[in-house]
Amino acid sequence: MNVVLDNLDVFGSGLWTTLKLTALSFLLALGIGVVVATARVSPAAPLRAAGLAYVETVRNTPPLVLLFLFVYGLPKTGVKYSLFISAVLVLGGYTGAFVAEALRSGISAVPIGQAEAARSLGLTFTKTLRYVVLPQAFRTVIPPLGALLSALVRNTSLAAPIGVLELTARAGQLNTTDPNPVWIYLAAAAAYMVVTLPLGAVTRLVERRVAVAR
Amino acid sequence: MSLAPQASAPPASTSQPLIVLDKVCKSFGSHEVLHDIDLTVDRGEVVVVIGPSGSGKSTLCRCINRMEVASSGSITLDGVPLPQEGRALARLRAQVGMVFQSFNLFSHRNVLDNVTLAPIKVRGIPRKQAEATARELLDRVGIGDKADQLPAQLSGGQQQRAAIARALAMEPKVMLFDEPTSALDPEMINEVLDVMRELAASGMTMVVVTHEMGFARTVANRVVFMDGGRIVETAPPEEFFANPKSERARDFLGKVLSH
Ligand SMILES: Nc1ncnc2c1ncn2[C@@H]1O[C@H](COP(=O)(O)OP(=O)(O)OP(=O)(O)O)[C@@H](O)[C@H]1O
Ligand SMILES: [Mg+2]
Repeated sequence: MNVVLDNLDVFGSGLWTTLKLTALSFLLALGIGVVVATARVSPAAPLRAAGLAYVETVRNTPPLVLLFLFVYGLPKTGVKYSLFISAVLVLGGYTGAFVAEALRSGISAVPIGQAEAARSLGLTFTKTLRYVVLPQAFRTVIPPLGALLSALVRNTSLAAPIGVLELTARAGQLNTTDPNPVWIYLAAAAAYMVVTLPLGAVTRLVERRVAVAR
Repeated sequence: MSLAPQASAPPASTSQPLIVLDKVCKSFGSHEVLHDIDLTVDRGEVVVVIGPSGSGKSTLCRCINRMEVASSGSITLDGVPLPQEGRALARLRAQVGMVFQSFNLFSHRNVLDNVTLAPIKVRGIPRKQAEATARELLDRVGIGDKADQLPAQLSGGQQQRAAIARALAMEPKVMLFDEPTSALDPEMINEVLDVMRELAASGMTMVVVTHEMGFARTVANRVVFMDGGRIVETAPPEEFFANPKSERARDFLGKVLSH
């Protein structure tokens, strides 16, 4: 117990890194999600194929393997990012594939007449998506996006093995200097829950806010 | 014959027809939906298209702004063949207003935003100016007081009038109507038809698919009767309704006029 209370600052700094990692990765994931979902519904077959290839590659690879590949493999080709940035890129890219699929299902839930009306007014494909279809698609995918965000919070722990000092890595450090795995990892688990549990409530709140009368 | 210089630029603004369909065919897979459609629409003309369900009326309408791509034949608007795709096609569509049976107002935007979206995002008109024009148009169709409401808060007739205002905001050369009153409760049909009458009187070129025979009789310059993907008969309304030439048109009129 004391090992936790005596080291609250260590947990705090780990949690802070976890939150930064989550926020940046999720922003990246949203960006990638929009781009890939757009490609997936594009009239251009090569774009659709590229979108599908991205989604299938990411969904069928363990994220930890992608991280190792990025951190240990990529430098061999001369490209090198800091550990933190590497983690953001991989977690964002990974989550982005799932965001894309969520968005795509949201897009197909928007009645086709909405896009037809937009196109009949002279909006191009991308403007139709941007101003008419995506805003409506986002509303229907708030719950899945909330779930993806929650999963991302937990997935940031994958950055521990590559040496990003987020919550799990800090807990690990503490456990080597002052071994007390039960309390240390219980505290870490609790810290994750403190972040993820309110997410469900926030998601429901946002959902109510944006769900206007139809 | 005057010696005044003939308009040398190709879109000779008055003499040339606005829309020309030449031998247009359209198939979905092996199912031929339009067969050798020849149709010319002059400036300011109101053409009403009627015919039984499945005869290809909607498809014809949708081919004119290339929402459906004709399988063969040619379509020109103002002397210019319809562009294949991309920006040029978007520019063409901006000149062709379309009104749908199911209104298709953007459900996440209020009525004013519905009307201003395309002028702002497609034509780059400043918001203020677009809103002023939009309010005038909403007044013109009689729903000026609904500008700040969401589409779902409007009745069907009001939604359809908003949709007409939205299309007009792009200052189209022609308006296409695909059964604009078919989804409306009977008491709302006339408020929409009145707006269309006013539009026709203002000189707008219109292609109207409808089952409203009263509208066809009184507003149309020409009635086009379709059946089985072909134009079976085309005539001025008084002639068409008084003595349809084809058996199929007689049949059809017998059915629609009897109830
Ligand atoms: N996207 C499509 N794919 C396949 N077949 C289609 C498609 N759109 C229309 N059709 C077929 O084309 C034919 C003509 O359809 P269209 O909608 O143009 O008829 P319509 O005259 O407008 O009929 P209605 O009065 O019922 O609206 C119908 O047989 C229809 O099933
Ligand atoms: Mg139809």
